[in-house]
Amino acid sequence: MRYLPHTESDIKLMLEKTGHKDLADLFRSIPDKLAPENKLNLKAALSEPELVEEMTRLAKANKFEEYRSFIGAGYYQHYSPAAVDSVLMRSEFYTAYTPYQPEVSQGTLQGIFEFQTMVCQLLEMDVANASMYDGATACAEAALMCRRVKKKRDKVLVAKSVHPEYRKVTRTYMSACCDDMIEVGVDAAGRVDLDDLKSKLNDNVACLIVGNPNYFGVVEDLKSLADIVHAADAMLVVTFSEALAYGALRGPGYFGADIACGEGQSFLGSPSFGGPGFGMFATSEKLMRQMPGRLCGRTVDRRGTPGFVLTLSTREQHIRREKATSNICSNQALCALAATIWLSLYGKRGVSELACHNLTKSEHLKKRIAALKGYEIAFSGPTFNEFVVKCARPASEVVKSLMAQKIIPGVGLAPDYSDYPSHLLINVTEVHCESAIDALVAGLEAAGKGGAK
Amino acid sequence: MKLPQNLLFTKDHEWIRVEGNLATVGVTDHAQEQLGAIVYVELPDEDEEFEQGDVLGAVESTKATADVFSPVSGKVVELNEDLNDNPGAVNTSPYEEGWLVKLELSNPEELEALLNPEDYQKLIDEEA
Repeated sequence: MRYLPHTESDIKLMLEKTGHKDLADLFRSIPDKLAPENKLNLKAALSEPELVEEMTRLAKANKFEEYRSFIGAGYYQHYSPAAVDSVLMRSEFYTAYTPYQPEVSQGTLQGIFEFQTMVCQLLEMDVANASMYDGATACAEAALMCRRVKKKRDKVLVAKSVHPEYRKVTRTYMSACCDDMIEVGVDAAGRVDLDDLKSKLNDNVACLIVGNPNYFGVVEDLKSLADIVHAADAMLVVTFSEALAYGALRGPGYFGADIACGEGQSFLGSPSFGGPGFGMFATSEKLMRQMPGRLCGRTVDRRGTPGFVLTLSTREQHIRREKATSNICSNQALCALAATIWLSLYGKRGVSELACHNLTKSEHLKKRIAALKGYEIAFSGPTFNEFVVKCARPASEVVKSLMAQKIIPGVGLAPDYSDYPSHLLINVTEVHCESAIDALVAGLEAAGKGGAK
Repeated sequence: MKLPQNLLFTKDHEWIRVEGNLATVGVTDHAQEQLGAIVYVELPDEDEEFEQGDVLGAVESTKATADVFSPVSGKVVELNEDLNDNPGAVNTSPYEEGWLVKLELSNPEELEALLNPEDYQKLIDEEA
């Protein structure tokens, strides 16, 4: 599908056909108070060389490349092989809008099918959809799905260690149907406080949402959580922002999670200042009809040739209208395709090796920071490639001190967790070379001087 | 069009067969014909209680999913679990093997407002 703008003569011809004297006349039915008062407030058009100059000036204002960043907190720096873009930039893929007609879109539909298969393999779940907007909306959709499955139960428990933005988006979704979202506390390991969980489970609770790894980078004890939650006849939702962790960890499905959902940006490479990413969403075969979003299936045509089509569409809004399972019909097809290419390039063993490389590097950094005066590892639970350090000073001061040396050491927890003022969330991946890690440790050491341990 | 004489019907194309305090509920031959090949039947839970007109379940064909409304108020005492493996029974045998649930009636007076076979036949003739 190409973008073909209307020419002046197109517009004139169409106005003649519809019997309107000009465009203003065509749009006359829009009430004055809703119509834009003037033209958009844009600068005059530039020539091409002028435009290149302007864009270059703007690009140079960005100083991020000069910094070494250890920011994770939901979006992660990973390496994307050049082959990903080279396949992705085929115009058949990147210009298509909703390429769902099986007659003309077998390539894209097969891409979606392969994506779903890989998501299922990674998360050890039965069925995955064609992707969602991002991790936060996937998490919110999971909460709504649990409410659909557990009809009479209107409360949703969410661990405080779930990504703060995922909790905010879920709360917004839930607020539209007046449901309660109740937060469950964190123990000394940085995991869900099981006693607090048990005290909050009752006949009104539809599900528990936990992060794995959670926002603190900590890996939860999913087996215990699944047992406790299922004993109360509620559902377990496992959400995540670092999907690569499942190259090293068993998938949520292995422990009996009912829904696994989260962010897939790690398989796109660059965090790109926060997007685009894409959401992953998977569930059990038993619950697949309650799953939001598109689903691509493999079938055979009347001559027996294998082919791909959208399936289970009757639960979607273009057929079921207001009774649809979800209003989500969109996905992030291009990002999901990029992730599919990324995953197929690394392969099953490669993803596992890369994940173990991240884990090893993170453990190495953890040890070095724990040995520094003025710093300790905040939580005792196991982590993947991200962990929380408790500083002897407010985390914001430590960040400021290292920024002066062009190092961004991580993200302070204080804005989202008032009880953790001196806690710093640090992420390390395969893109951080040994010299960057040395610089971070030296910077932290210098910033920690003067603070008592 | 087959229309058994011992049943009552709703405007939404459910049928009900009353035996004492028990009622068997399904969708009519006309409904299954309109929907086409049924691929999945969503049933309620046992012991679940419904008011007349509540959504009791749904039948899904390759083209559409239609809600099934409870013709009367009552409690679910039995489900046709054979439909999990053979949802097509709703097509081939809507009034026998394709039944959906058995309800224990909580307000038998509601039966009076349902359609008899003759009135239901008129309704589908009008729709056609």
